[in-house]
Amino acid sequence: MIRLMFPLVFAGILFSAGVYGVLARRNAVLVLMSIELMLNAVNINLVAFSRYLHDALASGQVFALFVITVAAAEIGIGLAIVIILYRNRETIDVDKVNLLKW
Amino acid sequence: MSGQEVLFGVVALIGSLAALRMVTSSNVIHAALYLVVTLASVGAAYILLAAEFLAWVQILIYVGAIVVLLLFALMLTKAPIGRDTLDNQQRGLAAVVGIVILFGLTILLQGAFGGKRIPTGVTRASDIGASLFHSYVIPFEVVSVLLLAALVGAVVLARKEEAPE
Repeated sequence: MIRLMFPLVFAGILFSAGVYGVLARRNAVLVLMSIELMLNAVNINLVAFSRYLHDALASGQVFALFVITVAAAEIGIGLAIVIILYRNRETIDVDKVNLLKW
Repeated sequence: MSGQEVLFGVVALIGSLAALRMVTSSNVIHAALYLVVTLASVGAAYILLAAEFLAWVQILIYVGAIVVLLLFALMLTKAPIGRDTLDNQQRGLAAVVGIVILFGLTILLQGAFGGKRIPTGVTRASDIGASLFHSYVIPFEVVSVLLLAALVGAVVLARKEEAPE
């Protein structure tokens, strides 16, 4: 018997850390890592509510699996983009990548 | 406080501290290694929430595959080390946004789910398998096509252009 607030607050801390990382980091790979942190926070919430609601279909956990899959796809494409960015511009500083700004 | 709660508190504390160190570390490789600690503690949290299958998926995919991919990307891109080159000038504002989100979420959730407890019981891998292949077959297939498309897309993007002959 675990309090529901425990996983929810843990997820909240991870999500806030991820938001801070996305906003404050300049290195594109670190931004992607912070996005992974936010996706993990969402997964903890999905699992916690799936267990809390005693879901017969385990929908929360199945959706957490889908989120993990989509995160893997996202990180693959994201890192490919980062690598061609580095090949073309010699930098992965997201503040300096402003070609599509205007 | 049950033993499960104490253990969850310890795991959550380790995971949160590692996450905070990850987003503030001034060395990209250290940040990736802190990410490993955070992801592993999320896996431990899944075990304490009695979601064993997801815990092993978390360890296999995140710690095993995604972190290795991230480390490869960090080593292929020569990243300068140091706080001023890794963080931008909006650090204070970003910290304010993060803290506001954390407190807002905590107050909101405390109001909604204050004294609620998670009932005992366990979700076995067979439950997830049955649900995945009975009720969620179509999303499962769509996700597999998405993974294939992402794989092909990543190869096409990252491949070096061949010189025209």
